[in-house]
Amino acid sequence: MTMTDVEAVQPGRAVPEEPLGATRAERLSALAQQHGALVTLVIAVVIASLSFDTFLTGDNLENMALSSAFLAIVALGMTFVIVTGGIDLSVGSLFALGGVLAAWGSRYGTVVALLLPLAVCGLIGLVNGLLIARSRLAPFIVTLAAMLGARGLLLAITDEGSTTYLVDKSTFFATLGQGKLLGVGVPVWITLALFVLGAVVLRRTRFGQYVYAVGGNEDAAALMGAPVARTKIGVYVVSGLCAGLAGALNAAWLVSGVTILGSGMELEAISAVVIGGTLLTGGFGFISGSLVGVLLLKVIQNVINQIGSLDSAYQQVVSGAFLAVVVIAQTWLGRRRRVW
Amino acid sequence: MSELTLGRSGVDRDRALRLLQDYGVYLGVAVLLLVNIAFTPHFLSTENFRTQAVQVAPVLIVALGMALAIGSEGVDLSVGSVMALATSLISLYLGYGAWIALIAALVGGVLVGLANGALVAFIGVQPIVATLALMVAGRGLALVLLPQLKDVRDPGLRALGTGDVLGIPYVVLIAAALAVLVAFVVRRTTFGRRLLAIGDSRPAARLAGLPVRRVLVLVYVLSGALAAVAGVLATARLTASDPTSLGTLMELSAITAVVVGGTPLTGGRVRIGGTVAGAVLIQLLTATLIKHDLPPSWTQIAQAAVIVLAVYAARERGKR
Repeated sequence: MTMTDVEAVQPGRAVPEEPLGATRAERLSALAQQHGALVTLVIAVVIASLSFDTFLTGDNLENMALSSAFLAIVALGMTFVIVTGGIDLSVGSLFALGGVLAAWGSRYGTVVALLLPLAVCGLIGLVNGLLIARSRLAPFIVTLAAMLGARGLLLAITDEGSTTYLVDKSTFFATLGQGKLLGVGVPVWITLALFVLGAVVLRRTRFGQYVYAVGGNEDAAALMGAPVARTKIGVYVVSGLCAGLAGALNAAWLVSGVTILGSGMELEAISAVVIGGTLLTGGFGFISGSLVGVLLLKVIQNVINQIGSLDSAYQQVVSGAFLAVVVIAQTWLGRRRRVW
Repeated sequence: MSELTLGRSGVDRDRALRLLQDYGVYLGVAVLLLVNIAFTPHFLSTENFRTQAVQVAPVLIVALGMALAIGSEGVDLSVGSVMALATSLISLYLGYGAWIALIAALVGGVLVGLANGALVAFIGVQPIVATLALMVAGRGLALVLLPQLKDVRDPGLRALGTGDVLGIPYVVLIAAALAVLVAFVVRRTTFGRRLLAIGDSRPAARLAGLPVRRVLVLVYVLSGALAAVAGVLATARLTASDPTSLGTLMELSAITAVVVGGTPLTGGRVRIGGTVAGAVLIQLLTATLIKHDLPPSWTQIAQAAVIVLAVYAARERGKR
């Protein structure tokens, strides 16, 4: 058995394996790469709750949890894509498209409201995957085209954005967005459930093994018999489904399908995944990190809002600078362990 | 004998395919021109050509920088934000005179380019992520400097945006001059050759002793500076600074123009003529759809289809 086999067959250990003689510095840098986001999140929360009385209030936490939930589902799908070494720029458009389709479909019942966005967004994900895996086009360009195309489709079905479809508040579908369970919004529960499911799929299933294997070394993965193309197609379908579902839940929460949503969301999702410790080069990453990444982004946004005197423009400056810092740290920490 | 013929026809087909890939974009422009001449009323007027050319100029200027970045096997997502930053800086420094404002805008673009280049060349961050960080931060910075739209009533800037020489707008002349300049840089200078070598294979370029880092930094500085120029021209034409919306989605248009023009995303090759034609193609396509009362949604879908088609056609070359 070669090294590659060992790495790929043990998904729980798909992290580039520490050699037996790993020095303390190497182990520390690996730890920092894995849990840096979590440590930063804890520090940020502590500072925020000490600085603002309004931070640790029920209302504020609830708001943050809800607004994190939708981004988190998108980031979940994005994690699968990035672990294979790809990227999906279409998620923002698919999020908006999913929301509008769900709002339109909600008049025919919850099943249609959920299945319609899942079907359409999953199909666009499938087309992305086919072009990337079978025709070997650059993921960046394919999903960029899908981003434009899906936004165009969205405008076409809403009369150039002038029609807004409303969700009847009394339906079960609206409950999926507005309801509460044990005092916590239903979307938050759904998000948590999806993350558990995602982690299990990535760590404990054959598909998850292949995802790591393809991202680690595509040629090696093909040689050992992994279905490279099918795995790649799979992750783009997963990403499309996640974006569509997040959009649908968001529409249920807002009780309407808002066409202008989701622009820039792909950047937020990619940022969250990268901040969570997943390498953009593929082959290494984890689901829980992406959740932490989303929470960290939302806490930073919330703190900036709390400061009040600073407008939202600073939010972007801080987010961008923060992303740069995280990526620099990752690159430095990662370089020590990578062969160049 | 029959084998020989077969072989030759194979070569012919190969060559035909390659020709189509290399010159398909010009063919596309020609077809669109003919279609418009035949079916679009008032298409053949000086005024219309002027309008189209003025509209395509900023996209083209940004695309020139993008072509350099893509040629080095990178990409620059921050160009739209650099345009916004440039427009904010103009309003901020216009009190000191138009020239100072122009220089401030350019310096802003160069600084963003330096930051991009440093992240890519010295720290080894992937271009898409490095420039993504500056895309987010740059737009924020532009809004911090100038929180809302502001009129720019400088007569010099207004002249730059609306004036012309012999009927050709300054904006178009500047874009054309920059295209010639960048084409010269790519083809005739050491920097251009090094850039292509690095895009072809960075390890090989490094082994050959090329100053990889310096060249990469310069690539992103040039891209930033060109985006800033585009921001200045757009500001001059609108006679207003609008950091919220100026340059949004510009990175997509620029990448599309470059890719449609036949520059492979895998680097090592830059086609400036193709990039010019690519920008014109997108502009004509949009104008055609709008003139025939097709809604903007269809323009987006059409643009998406063109991107995929162009990349699909270019794919064969990579395989060979």
